[in-house]
Amino acid sequence: MSGVRVLVGTRKGAFVLRADGTRKNWDVSGPFFGGWEVFHVKGSPVDPNRIYASQSTSWFGQLIQRSDDGGLSWNPVGNQFIYDGVPGTHQWYDGTPHPWEFARVWHLEPSLSDPDTVLAGVEDAALFRSVDGGMSWSELSGLRGHDTGSAWQPGAGGMCLHTIIVSPKDPCRIFVAISSAGAFRSDDEGTTWRPINHGLHSEGLPDEDAEVGHCVHRIALHPSNPDVLYMQKHWDVMRSDNAGESWSEVSGNLPSDFGFAIDVHAHEPETVYVVPITSDSEHFPPEGKLRVYRSRSGGNEWEPLARGLPQEHCYVDVLRDAMAVDTLDDCGVYFGTTGGQVYASANSGDSWDPIVRDLPAVLSVEVQTLA
Amino acid sequence: MIRVVLPAHLKMLAKVSGEVELEVAGTPSPASVIDALEARFPVLLGTIRDPSTRQRRKFVRFFACEKDLSLEPIDVALPEDVTRGREPFFVIGAMAGG
Repeated sequence: MSGVRVLVGTRKGAFVLRADGTRKNWDVSGPFFGGWEVFHVKGSPVDPNRIYASQSTSWFGQLIQRSDDGGLSWNPVGNQFIYDGVPGTHQWYDGTPHPWEFARVWHLEPSLSDPDTVLAGVEDAALFRSVDGGMSWSELSGLRGHDTGSAWQPGAGGMCLHTIIVSPKDPCRIFVAISSAGAFRSDDEGTTWRPINHGLHSEGLPDEDAEVGHCVHRIALHPSNPDVLYMQKHWDVMRSDNAGESWSEVSGNLPSDFGFAIDVHAHEPETVYVVPITSDSEHFPPEGKLRVYRSRSGGNEWEPLARGLPQEHCYVDVLRDAMAVDTLDDCGVYFGTTGGQVYASANSGDSWDPIVRDLPAVLSVEVQTLA
Repeated sequence: MIRVVLPAHLKMLAKVSGEVELEVAGTPSPASVIDALEARFPVLLGTIRDPSTRQRRKFVRFFACEKDLSLEPIDVALPEDVTRGREPFFVIGAMAGG
């Protein structure tokens, strides 16, 4: 029987939530790596038993854990993320040059074809690749070495590479997003890169249409149509129909176009989900009502999805990596909150139920659909 | 024989519950103790010293014989009470409030 496995990273460990295809009764296991921050946990699309997890603390640094049995047991693999060559500098908050310093792995993106190959997006922003199951890591330094690299500047949350998408139709094409440098694309498997920020408009920049410097929060696409990208920016929900060559705003009737998470329905390429957040200074839902918004038209027209979600006194946030979908016939949608709840919808968002309510603050949610 | 006390997070990684006992050649120092510790528990590589600089992580401290050795040169000789196993060498995670 089909089933799903939800991989949850939190401020104090990782959790694995399992259910059969009805998605009604859940088994919760964890915490794994209790007390450690787990920014991201993600499974291989080609070997669901292979799962990678990013484990870190400010005290003891970064570890990468790997499971080869679907999250039942874990073993540490390589944790040496050494920038290629002489790292050089990026721009610090005060505008002075600042050396690149590795802080943590924000996002792990297993290959679509090889369980031993995985990409890692790190802070300070850089992209690393392992081809031996996480045992060793090499930087794809063409990204950080881009002409604009020395001008990149961190946002308040640090300068993190948080989004990695490999095109399902062209493995040479990779999209990444960096806060707060913007979005970038490679068409040669990560060797060379160029910014893809035309059409983004950020009022916090001296040049509001600058080539880089935009605080992109998250990008998502549908596998059947990988030239169509959806972006939740610091402010604004954006869409590109040409693989990032240009962007247009599709915020439409959202109550706020600030937010972090964005994802696409598994079977409907024009159905998009966001969770509006009040503002950059108030990281909680408008009016204290937790609502997912769904557009069935690729943006601009949005409907609130509130059934089963708290509609008063709710002041949690939903972070950028904390939303995911399954690929069962009736698409499941999942998200986690900084209040420790993980909500699931087994009907494309029409109604929601909490899987768990009291985890540590949720940093990431990923879903594996199991045969 | 050097007795090493690890903080809880690193005990979890190394899968140990009590003190760790290490044989350290030459004149034991914090650096050589950490070298021996990492050799026995490779999972601890990079957790006490930054893997790039090999310097003590900023939120890690070294204590022994009721003294904070953190700001001493990392290759300074450890007190005799530590090298003779009468006192442990502590790796400490700096305290955080909240």
